[in-house]
Amino acid sequence: MKYEATIGLETHVMQKTNTKMFCSCKCEYGAEPNIHVCPVCLGYPGALPVMNEKAIELCCKAGMLLGCEINPYSKWDRKNYFYPDMAKNYQITQADEPLCLGGQVTVEVEGEMKTFTLERIHQEENAAKNTHIAGASLVDYNRAGTALMEIVSNPCMSSAADALAYMAAVKQIMQYGGISNCDQEKGQMRSDVNVSVRPVGQKELGSKVEIKNMNSFAFIKEAIEYEIDRQTALIESGGSVVQETRGYDPDRGETFTQRTKENAHDYRYFPEPDLMPVKVAAEQLEQWRSELPEMPAPRRDRYVAELGLPEYDAGVLTADKATADWFERAMLHTKNAKAVSNFIMGEMMRLLSEQDMIISESKVTPEKLAEIIALIDAKTISTGAGKQVFEAIFNEGGEPKAIIEAKGLAQVSDDSALDGWADEAIANNPKPVEEYKAGNAASINFLMGQVMKASRGKANPGAVMQMLKQKLDA
Amino acid sequence: MSEANEGMDVGYVAHLARIDLTSEETALFQGQLNQVLQYVEQLNELDVEGVEPMAHAIPVYNVLRKDELGLSLDHADVVANAPSSSDGHIRVPKIIDQ
Repeated sequence: MKYEATIGLETHVMQKTNTKMFCSCKCEYGAEPNIHVCPVCLGYPGALPVMNEKAIELCCKAGMLLGCEINPYSKWDRKNYFYPDMAKNYQITQADEPLCLGGQVTVEVEGEMKTFTLERIHQEENAAKNTHIAGASLVDYNRAGTALMEIVSNPCMSSAADALAYMAAVKQIMQYGGISNCDQEKGQMRSDVNVSVRPVGQKELGSKVEIKNMNSFAFIKEAIEYEIDRQTALIESGGSVVQETRGYDPDRGETFTQRTKENAHDYRYFPEPDLMPVKVAAEQLEQWRSELPEMPAPRRDRYVAELGLPEYDAGVLTADKATADWFERAMLHTKNAKAVSNFIMGEMMRLLSEQDMIISESKVTPEKLAEIIALIDAKTISTGAGKQVFEAIFNEGGEPKAIIEAKGLAQVSDDSALDGWADEAIANNPKPVEEYKAGNAASINFLMGQVMKASRGKANPGAVMQMLKQKLDA
Repeated sequence: MSEANEGMDVGYVAHLARIDLTSEETALFQGQLNQVLQYVEQLNELDVEGVEPMAHAIPVYNVLRKDELGLSLDHADVVANAPSSSDGHIRVPKIIDQ
């Protein structure tokens, strides 16, 4: 029998606000523990939460970017549980009237365009960070109460590849929209993954297993694949899948039982009496809609259609908004889109990754790259020399022309200099010369290499080729 | 209000609230809470056909604040208020399952 998997994701995204969701404490990652806390986020008696308008705006914008309908009326609920990461003993969330309803993400998975639908996005507050030590747990409430959105997909995916493509697309859209930095290492984007398996053709879904709280794409992939195999093997051997919550242990590459259905939490949701509902007016929505930036997909299409870039280049450049913005700034100073793209995808990305930097920190500005490209196009320097100039500026700063001068990188097209090198190459390599004359056109490349070597890379390859042909064909 | 009809499971509710009750207390509260529920149950006699459910009694919406930094508590006070602390963290009995 053949089996198919059904996967749904609950993706938590921390919004980019200055202050927390319901109090004016600062949101800061990596601060000293328990310095950004107040009576509201510590759950002191009598403290009253007040909504952060920026968080509401960002949640609605996230909804618009993901094609949701913005709920004209939404309200708050308490999710009650006892755990020290929530000092109030409840989390403020939205149960039955979330801010955003529906929505979808269209993304390419292994060469096929797929649309994954959303159930909803609701706003809630983040929990504190726990660290476990021998015999005790330590709690830092700086993160408690920060704005957190939960993007809930429908059970509409069928493989780890689907889930990863979906998450990558959501991440890209959130980053583009300025909703969240989605830095997974800082826990700004985490997913709970629901996986079930059923025989192909069976209508109802199998019992679902929820794998909690994963922030790494690699772990999500491993956990889904492990879970599909585990559940399939279980059903094939005549057993049945128990509905439960599992964790993923990356060291062992396995999921493990955390909580079964019998001892599932009873959260006793009820309306939050301390917070008034939210009504989003149509005019407000229009205002926010007008502020949304261009998304990666249309931007990619534009690079292909208007700038003539290959699909691959357009995809790489638009993968991250900062890179695409940088590219567009360079395009204000040059018309050679492919050259800009080559430099960004090649030298820029290599150097950024080697030095663990981001593009905004590069000493090569868009203007300087455009100047380097102009010098290459004018044949003042070779492409290879252009890369050296790029790297020199990246490391030390400086102006392209000054670096070309200081390093003696200007290309030699001057006949008298080339003449000597060409004669030398011909005199010293009789065999390739013979072969070329005998009709092996490729042999000229060897001679060309000798001239380039003699010039220490400064000879203009076009001019060298022309000169060699002139001499040999004569 | 199905709980009222079936009677309230005081033991379960006490567990959810992390309250330890003796069997005498459980029996005592069982009776008292059932009376409270029966009292509230009277609301079911009202015809609310066509009345929208409401989360609040007063029609106030969008009580918002600007995303601007306010004062947080002094760290020493926060830690002093906790039963136990360690390296600036609040220290609690070991927790693992969530």
